[in-house]
Amino acid sequence: MKLTSQVIASSEAFRANREAHLSALSEIAAAAEAAAAGGGARARARHEGRGKMLPRARVANLLDPGTPFLEIGATAAHGLYDGAAPAAGVIAGVGQVEGRQVMVVCNDATVKGGTYYPMSVKKHLRAQEIAEENRLPCLYLVDSGGANLPNQDEVFPDRDHFGRIFYNQARMSAKGIAQIAVVMGSCTAGGAYVPAMSDVTIIVREQGTIFLAGPPLVRAATGEVVTAEELGGGDVHTRLSGVADYLAEDDTHALALARRAVRSLGPKTGPVVLPGGPPPAYDPDEILGVVPADLRTPYDIREVIARLVDGSEFDEFKPRFGETLVCGFARIHGMEAGIIANNGVLFSEAAQKGAHFVELCSQRKIPLVFLQNITGFMVGRRYENEGIARHGAKMVTAVATTAVPKITVLVGGSFGAGNYGMAGRAYQPRFLWTWPNSRISVMGGAQAAGVLATVRRDAMERAGEHWSEAEEEAFKRPTLEMFERQSHPLYASARLWDDGIVDPRKTRDVLGLSLLAALNAPIEETRFGVFRM
Amino acid sequence: MFDTILIANRGEIAVRVIRTARAMGLRTVAVHSDVDAAAQHVAMADVAVSLGGASPAESYLRGDAIIEAAQATGAQAIHPGYGFLSENPDFVEAVEAAGLVFIGPSAGAIRKMGLKDAAKQLMDQAGVPVVPGYLGADQDPGHLEVEADRVGYPVLIKAVAGGGGKGMRLVERPEEFVDALERAKAEARTAFGNDAVLIEKYIQRPRHIELQVFGDGTRAVHLFERDCSLQRRHQKVIEEAPAPGMTPEMRAAMGAAAVRAAEAIGYRGAGTVEFIVDAADGLRPDGFWFMEMNTRLQVEHPVTEAITGVDLVEWQIRVAAGAPLPATQEELSITGHAFEARLYAEDVPAGFLPATGRLTHLAFPEGLRADSGVRAGDEISPHYDPMIAKVIAHAPTRDVALRKLARGLRDTQVAGTVTNLAFLGALAEHDGFAAGEVDTGLIARDLDDLAALPAPEPSALALAALVAAGLDGPAHWAQGFTLWQPLERSLRLSVGGAVQSVILRVDGPDRVRIETGTKTVMAERRDGAWYLDGVRAAAHARAGAVITVFSGFGTRFEIVDPLAQQGAAEEGAALTLAPMPGRVVSLHVRAGQSVAEGDRLAVLEAMKMEHGLRAARDGVVAEVFVAEGDQVDAGAPLIRLEEDGA
Repeated sequence: MKLTSQVIASSEAFRANREAHLSALSEIAAAAEAAAAGGGARARARHEGRGKMLPRARVANLLDPGTPFLEIGATAAHGLYDGAAPAAGVIAGVGQVEGRQVMVVCNDATVKGGTYYPMSVKKHLRAQEIAEENRLPCLYLVDSGGANLPNQDEVFPDRDHFGRIFYNQARMSAKGIAQIAVVMGSCTAGGAYVPAMSDVTIIVREQGTIFLAGPPLVRAATGEVVTAEELGGGDVHTRLSGVADYLAEDDTHALALARRAVRSLGPKTGPVVLPGGPPPAYDPDEILGVVPADLRTPYDIREVIARLVDGSEFDEFKPRFGETLVCGFARIHGMEAGIIANNGVLFSEAAQKGAHFVELCSQRKIPLVFLQNITGFMVGRRYENEGIARHGAKMVTAVATTAVPKITVLVGGSFGAGNYGMAGRAYQPRFLWTWPNSRISVMGGAQAAGVLATVRRDAMERAGEHWSEAEEEAFKRPTLEMFERQSHPLYASARLWDDGIVDPRKTRDVLGLSLLAALNAPIEETRFGVFRM
Repeated sequence: MFDTILIANRGEIAVRVIRTARAMGLRTVAVHSDVDAAAQHVAMADVAVSLGGASPAESYLRGDAIIEAAQATGAQAIHPGYGFLSENPDFVEAVEAAGLVFIGPSAGAIRKMGLKDAAKQLMDQAGVPVVPGYLGADQDPGHLEVEADRVGYPVLIKAVAGGGGKGMRLVERPEEFVDALERAKAEARTAFGNDAVLIEKYIQRPRHIELQVFGDGTRAVHLFERDCSLQRRHQKVIEEAPAPGMTPEMRAAMGAAAVRAAEAIGYRGAGTVEFIVDAADGLRPDGFWFMEMNTRLQVEHPVTEAITGVDLVEWQIRVAAGAPLPATQEELSITGHAFEARLYAEDVPAGFLPATGRLTHLAFPEGLRADSGVRAGDEISPHYDPMIAKVIAHAPTRDVALRKLARGLRDTQVAGTVTNLAFLGALAEHDGFAAGEVDTGLIARDLDDLAALPAPEPSALALAALVAAGLDGPAHWAQGFTLWQPLERSLRLSVGGAVQSVILRVDGPDRVRIETGTKTVMAERRDGAWYLDGVRAAAHARAGAVITVFSGFGTRFEIVDPLAQQGAAEEGAALTLAPMPGRVVSLHVRAGQSVAEGDRLAVLEAMKMEHGLRAARDGVVAEVFVAEGDQVDAGAPLIRLEEDGA
């Protein structure tokens, strides 16, 4: 069925929505631009002065020319560490090398020497997780001084800290997911294990170094005076130590060697022919006008679906039942997807329908796309009594245990248990993207402030105290402000609660690329947990 | 008339002869060497016979095998083309002895013109002007002075044993003769131990003008002149007809002389009488002298065909079959003006070295005659002349014809080998040439400008980069996709030996920003076609790492493979490589021998030229990879040097 849009593009509301979205977008774009500039002009000039390519150029020259780069965590660490770690000092994303999709993780040495802040570790691990789940060969473009020492307590000791990087490398290598390192600068201390733990390692002559302890530490420890090149340069490692396998003349040569290494990886796992499909009948650009600027304004999510899927063709499932959850089959750039989208608060019927649809897609091995705009499950006596928690649990169980790839986009609010049922971060979607207008928190700020105020008012009234309206407003304000700040997508993305904020107009391509990446891993049989019937 | 003829040649001339023969309803037989088994002339002929081998001696020069082939295939006549056996009187006799017809002159006529000095005497007797000079035993200064007066000043005094300008003197006035003679003789004595000299007329501004003649064995007509003054080291580059500045009187005088020459030897078929002309005072009926006669169809015959409307090959076949001369002198006339440019696979900046390679793309524009013996996909092999085609432009006037030629060369598309296209184009656009100021020294005088490879246009470089990155083809929906910040990719292209870096930013499937270093070019695709800064992209061809952009006279770009740089850096100047395909004539070193920079290592012969290969640095010869007599490809390693004491 072809969807028919009811939106009038020439309307005042459309124009106003568009203005608001563009304004939100420009804030994100500015943050992304600042992140991409890394450690700033001076650090970049110094980096280039050493004959080294800038990190984004390294990524660009590694990838097949003109092929897409699905970057993750582009604004990671935004506003953290006093702004000292743009993009957390790491560039990561899914790209294409020699026709094969790969995960690229590239240190940015212009950011504090490429040292790992807590978010750098989190981003690196997230990239590895994506690689592992989707069976993407990993290419590490290494130029890092290792752990950021002032933050060592949040970088080194815990399970998901620095050591996990090498654990992942070993585990992925064991699964046949290639690990390739290109040492294009320092690779010190713990960082030395990235190349050492790789299947294939390339090192740049008189530029890349790998050692457990650098010359100053060696001198302090044993009194031995040695240059970095003698200690662990490219010549040493390719001729004497065997820590690296190929010696490159410079960055360009090293990246070409890395491309050659990918060429030798054997048969591809992902699609051999890139899929493609007809564009939507409605221009994806119109998304900015059809989605209301205010999250509280209801709208038909089919207006968004019509601007995402091939030919705007949508085979809607159970359209007359549980209408606040829209489910249906469609194709995105030629790839099948089961779409689950919120169209209001979740009721029991909607949750049952959602669980049913997840079962269908799991049976048919069709990836799921969640368009999340959810304030939560319906509350109140009637709903609790009919067992909405039981029905919600069915949906959560289905979403948690399905083996098909899940891709989630926060197109609006992501509040409360709705986040769970709609494949929030904890439900391990293969990718989770957010829109600039999205907000995420355990509940809405007003609700949270209201709950806190009600509790307090009850306590005060029990104590016979009086609480004026003005006092209550003043009491609520910090909570409102905190929720407003913490639910913002930049705040969320800075902490890697998601894989990145996307321009809504690019959502179709982002979904296409996410699905493409997911198709690199075979879809297993699903075994659901116990459904509370 | 015959019903079958054999063409004892290859390449463009074989193709050209077959074309006319087929138009006359004749069956054609091609012969070919092993390397030419799939050549165009073989494909075009009705029957093809293999001669084996690769070198001409093993194939196209095997007269006996060719005659056998003719007999086996029922051919009654053999067309020799030019080169190979075309002027070999023994072959002519063998053909006739086998009861076949040789499409060309008699063995006797060929012999008479084959010995240059005897030919000049013969022509002198027939009343054809020959370059005056004295080459006699009487070396008495007084006698030499008399001879100089007879020859006419200015004269050249040359050492008989000479060479390299030693013992050579230009004498402009009679009063300088005695003094100059003394010096010349003294120099000759010192240099060669022989002070004998000869005297020659000094031609101040020589032009090469030749007359096309056609005889039936008794009578002959001429088909006017061709000017072949644009030469480089005696190799014709661009020919034209008629000659610029030619007057009716001069043409009449030259035509009459040429006909006399042909009739004097009972010439049959197409021939060319070459004259040297002194253009110092314009063209004058008393200012031309016989040089030699070419007793065959010339490479440049198409310009004559263009202005006369005559198919010379058709005439050759008809007359060989016994028909009388197809036209009288009065029936022949000139219509318009024609140029021919010889397109070669050669490396002009490297000194016009012959080149080889597989033609990955070959296309000629409409409105020009292009005589070619190769097609896209064919190989220019090192065994034969590396000509790709002759490009012929004909128009009512010289100006228009020359513009047509220049335009046509710009629209000629060759990829897969380097060519002299830009050089030909520069010549076609040379002001002096356009003004008709031609002489045999023009190219040498302006060689640096003519041979310089024009710097590639930013748009050509941008297009090459677009193609190198593989972005010109069908676009993927996510081409150039990034979430926020675009990625900028660099790549390097080598053009004429210089490496250019280009930065590409793919903004989408149909939009790429290309920084060429000198200019930022926006490439956009509209309705499937690329536009660079709003201008439709030039045609182009890609074969592996080589991209040819057909703007200007075509620019050949090579993608620099970053993986190749390691080898280059480590090997340094240790390997001596063959600079061109050729035969190793001699080796001057053996393994273990110490050499100094500049020492001669080997001599390579290619296209009748010998090229000395010298040591790039001091060292010890570690290995010699070839033996004398070996045929090698361009780039083949010949000798490896090691550091002394290594």
